[in-house]
Amino acid sequence: MAVLSITNLHKRFGDLEVLNGINLEVNEGEVIAIIGPSGSGKSTLLRCATLLESMDRGTMTYAGVKVVEEDAQSNSVYLPQNKLRQVKALFGLVFQNFNLFPHYNVLKNIIDAPICVQKRNKDEVIKEARALLAKMGLEDKEDAYPFQLSGGQQQRVSIARALINNPKILFFDEPTSALDPELTGEILKVIRNLAAENMTMVIVTHEIEFARNVADRIIFMAEGVIVEQGPPDEVICNPTLARTKAFLTNLAER
Amino acid sequence: MTFSTLMQLASGLRTSIYIFVLTLLFAFPLGLLVALIRMSRNCLLRNAMRLYISVMRGTPLMLQLLIVYFGPYYLFGLSLKNYPAFLAVIIAFVLNYAAYFAEIYRGGIASIPIGQYEAATVLGYTKGQTFFKIILPQVIKRILPPITNEVITLVKDTSLAQVIAVLEMFTIAKQIANQQASMMPLIAAGVFYYVFNFVVAFTMERIEQKLNYYQ
Ligand SMILES: Nc1ncnc2c1ncn2[C@@H]1O[C@H](COP(=O)(O)OP(=O)(O)OP(=O)(O)O)[C@@H](O)[C@H]1O
Ligand SMILES: [Mg+2]
Repeated sequence: MAVLSITNLHKRFGDLEVLNGINLEVNEGEVIAIIGPSGSGKSTLLRCATLLESMDRGTMTYAGVKVVEEDAQSNSVYLPQNKLRQVKALFGLVFQNFNLFPHYNVLKNIIDAPICVQKRNKDEVIKEARALLAKMGLEDKEDAYPFQLSGGQQQRVSIARALINNPKILFFDEPTSALDPELTGEILKVIRNLAAENMTMVIVTHEIEFARNVADRIIFMAEGVIVEQGPPDEVICNPTLARTKAFLTNLAER
Repeated sequence: MTFSTLMQLASGLRTSIYIFVLTLLFAFPLGLLVALIRMSRNCLLRNAMRLYISVMRGTPLMLQLLIVYFGPYYLFGLSLKNYPAFLAVIIAFVLNYAAYFAEIYRGGIASIPIGQYEAATVLGYTKGQTFFKIILPQVIKRILPPITNEVITLVKDTSLAQVIAVLEMFTIAKQIANQQASMMPLIAAGVFYYVFNFVVAFTMERIEQKLNYYQ
């Protein structure tokens, strides 16, 4: 069964049509990398999928839960707020700028939402959080505050925060773009390890080499539509469309 | 300067402290409410608050005191008998300081990066939880310096209560100074104000230090 299924997603900001009929199905254990030029709507797609932005048209289903349906005029209709809040435990989002809460220490950043929002058992959550921190190589940092950590460490905390509810799918929006080049490696390694554990992931990235290595499928977006998609070797090594070729050449020359 | 003079001043100081404490007690939450309405999406409410803030900041507090105290009589012919001047002082001070605090809150709230709201939303926090758990604590840390300025001004502003004959410290100091034809009571009052503010500044600094555990 598909973990996430989006059909016919349309999103506009005023007169600007940002997403123009996106269909996306993500299967369990699949790793998808989304690439494409700036302004093509990659972030907007992730923001619609994570309920940060509301779609104008289209449907969305998470693990069988119909989150967005279309009415007779094919306008999007969302589940009520309290139901949406439950859906939010099904996914995690890792931001480019980490967005950790600066006034909470590392442990509290991870455990506060599951305890306060999902009302999970505190001891159990703390145990899981410590296990995640150990996995991220941060076992000695649980009392630190975000400002005391390097960018790479902060991003690892935010990945732990996104994983604490055992989500079915994890989204990353350019998770290494805000990092110094020498720190990107540690984050890419974490993502690779998650992929090895069969975590379902959708990753927006400009790291083409990484995308090629880690992804099962590459999606190339331009001007609000999916232009080309397929296994990395096809899309990256042998793109069929001129648009994709131009983008990849451009990227390689930088 | 006799002991009794000092005792009289001290009783005035007590009134000043009441004005100070009650004003802060009500103006902090009211200011937050005003700031939130001022930032709300409802254009009518938003502009109403904008007008309220601009009037409160654009006219003298002394005038506001007079209007709050005498307004009910002159505007509606209501008797002042059951309307203590002290109550009028508190109402006027709270309305005035809430307006100043509102603008400070507003600046603080606007300075919090949008990513904080987005992270909280994705994690499932409600709007209320997001504001009170994630946003407001960060706002408070950021606005402490300008709030300290206002609080120190408030200590000195309590002396304005004299215009509607509330016996706070400055009123009393002036009376005694007249009776004794001496400046000493006024100087003593000045020292009291200074010590009061010293304590306030010290306390605010301690709070700032306490919040320095993060950046
Ligand atoms: N809240 C918004 N209001 C108005 N326009 C927006 C908003 N968010 C995004 N846009 C516009 O939508 C388009 C797509 O933006 P989006 O951020 O999805 O692109 P992107 O593919 O993620 O680009 P990048 O690679 O630069 O991150 C852009 O033209 C952008 O200016
Ligand atoms: Mg983007």
